Amino acid sequence: MRHLAPAAAAAAALAMLAACSEKPADSADGAIDVLATDDSCEVAAAEADAGTVTFTIKNEGSKVTEFYVYAEGNRVMGEVENITPGLTRELIVELPADSYETACKPGMIGDGIRADFTVTGESESLSDDEALQEAVDSYQRYVESQSAGLVEQTQLFADAVKAGDIQGAKALFPVARTYWERIEPVAEIFGDLDPRIDAREDDYPEGPADPAFTGFHKLEYDLWITGDVSASGPIADQLVADVAEIVELAAAEELSPLQLANGAKALLDEIASFKITGEEDRYSHTDLWDFAANLEGSEAAIASMRPVLDERDPDLVAALDEEFANAWAALEQHRDGDGWRFHDELAPEELQALSDAVNALGEQVSKVAAVVAE
Amino acid sequence: MKRRHAIGLGTAGLAAAGAGYAAGRFWPEAAATAAQDPAATAVEFYGAHQAGILTPAQDRLHFAAFDVITADRDELVAMLQAWTVAAARMCGGDYAGPGGAAGGDYYAPPDDTGEAQGLPPSGLTLTVGFGPTLFTDADGTDRFAIADRRPDALQELPPFALDNLDPARSGGDLCVQACANDPQVAVHAVRNLARIGFGTVAMRWSQLGFGRTSSTSTAQATPRNLMGFKDGTANLKAEDEDLLEAHLWADEGWMAGGSYLVTRRIRMRIEIWDRTNLAEQEQIFGRDKSEGAPLGATSEFDEPDFEAESEGQPVIAADAHIRLAHPTTNGDARILRRGYSFVDGSDELGRLDAGLFFIAYQRDPETGFIPVQRSLSENDPLNEYIEHTSSAIFACPPGVQDEDDWWGRALFT
Repeated sequence: MRHLAPAAAAAAALAMLAACSEKPADSADGAIDVLATDDSCEVAAAEADAGTVTFTIKNEGSKVTEFYVYAEGNRVMGEVENITPGLTRELIVELPADSYETACKPGMIGDGIRADFTVTGESESLSDDEALQEAVDSYQRYVESQSAGLVEQTQLFADAVKAGDIQGAKALFPVARTYWERIEPVAEIFGDLDPRIDAREDDYPEGPADPAFTGFHKLEYDLWITGDVSASGPIADQLVADVAEIVELAAAEELSPLQLANGAKALLDEIASFKITGEEDRYSHTDLWDFAANLEGSEAAIASMRPVLDERDPDLVAALDEEFANAWAALEQHRDGDGWRFHDELAPEELQALSDAVNALGEQVSKVAAVVAE
Repeated sequence: MKRRHAIGLGTAGLAAAGAGYAAGRFWPEAAATAAQDPAATAVEFYGAHQAGILTPAQDRLHFAAFDVITADRDELVAMLQAWTVAAARMCGGDYAGPGGAAGGDYYAPPDDTGEAQGLPPSGLTLTVGFGPTLFTDADGTDRFAIADRRPDALQELPPFALDNLDPARSGGDLCVQACANDPQVAVHAVRNLARIGFGTVAMRWSQLGFGRTSSTSTAQATPRNLMGFKDGTANLKAEDEDLLEAHLWADEGWMAGGSYLVTRRIRMRIEIWDRTNLAEQEQIFGRDKSEGAPLGATSEFDEPDFEAESEGQPVIAADAHIRLAHPTTNGDARILRRGYSFVDGSDELGRLDAGLFFIAYQRDPETGFIPVQRSLSENDPLNEYIEHTSSAIFACPPGVQDEDDWWGRALFT
């Protein structure tokens, strides 16, 4: 609550500045200030010239937040993740002339608090190859931002495990996984790292006791099933190291448009096969966090290809928009505060409704690969 | 119990095994159909090997696993004898017992359950196997004084990566594999054997299969599994006589002429598979989807060229199913497959509960199924789309020689 008053005052001041100036109010260095709280997102300017645009985001709220610049269809042009309370971060983003939206996401979930943002000036049209390359670049930026969040949050989670803070670690588990699950298809490119980070007990002949069983789910097992993390330190350290390694590899990997399309589908397959069934997070039942993250990751991959899809198959884009909206609507019914209901709290008919929505979406997303491969 | 055994062991009926299909349960029209349709005729029950292994795979399956619930060895032996008699009758197209479906005492239940009346033999084969737990139970107790006769090859299968086995539909002391070209004939056979066994055995689990997924003879076309692919082209076949001696038939002790049976119920996530693009589907299998040809080849039976490369990449991926399952990858491990597709309705999420009921026969699982499955479970990208939900192993004894012989005689005498 104590954050509300200064935030409101600042917002009012900024609004006045914007009102009495022809040009948007920028900070001294030309950056656009963004003041984020738990329930507001004040962007100091609503427009900018085409080219490099810098945002400076200060989190005055009590929740970790994120800041996004979206093009049409939630295509991520740029974002900063994991802005903890009190922190200020910068986003530098290349924006051609177009209509955009800015968004803060307190608690890192949901659509965020949105505002229109218009960029004017020279508008260049891209060739087919350039458009595909831009799709890949846009998605690479997304992977990069998620990677940063993944590294930080995994470290926090590991620290809590090593400190024996079981309640703290339990709360951090689904948050760290959110970053992982958003970009998992990229991680899966790297053979044995993915299982080390994210394998489940049934991947191993000896089950949970198998010495090769490591990573998130081994720690989940320790936290929720045995309640004993006294020997989990090395697993936590290994997880941090593996995550750092995979992030480094992901940054160096040049993806193809086809990989993007297949990745978007693979994330929905993940939901259908493992999240709706409760297999993924079988000890903690935090499957809906992973569900939301998979959905976000899939949407981000599709969004990055949107200009190409718009050009080649607008009907498919309309269908994708509709089915993503339906899937989100189905999931939103199970929001619980900043998180989600636990999988074992959902009734069979609620799970079936989620399954139906993901199947309908998956059918549309499965058509994307053939369109970008044209 | 005893009375039913007494009936089953009577002298009537056996004579009907060969001739019975004119005189037994048939209507004349059905007999005429059987004469014209090779799928309707009888398969010889007696022989050196049990029928239902090399027999050209029929279209339908009812597989049943039983627990033995008696501790009395004589009772178990009597039931096996009664089963043999009834099986010989049914495979010949006759009723399970001499009283038939409606011809017996009016105030007694009929000998035969009756649903196969008028149906031809339909290629019915009944194949029996003995599980490891028949020899010793979980505590190591020698249940029927046969523990020392348990063959080395009959071991519980090792756990494999990604197994999600349901114990309630895995394992079993005994099994009966009923294959026929008419599902009602297969079900009829299992049902009547189960009835004869009441008090001695209890059904543990059973599985219906509706479409054969393997061919066991070069005379048969390779069918498709529910993923739409031809698989198991390199399967052992009846015509490969030298290979059969080396890879299919056991040759030691009471198992000489028998074979080891592994079953795996493999659930397919077919909704996910169906929205996977064709290129990925073909790369996963390493085969082209329409012809079934190995990638880079033109027809199904072309040898896959695992060395071929295109633009520096192998034409058949390093982890393609065809490569991982191929004998050359697994120390020349070969098995005889005769699996069936199944759809057991749908699950609570509205997904088809569908897949492959995998059946493999081999001389020794240690040099057959086990190395192949180890290779597949650890590397096969198909694992994204499948899940093993049931597993069992049985020692199928040699064939029943004649009317004086019975299933398991060499083991129990």
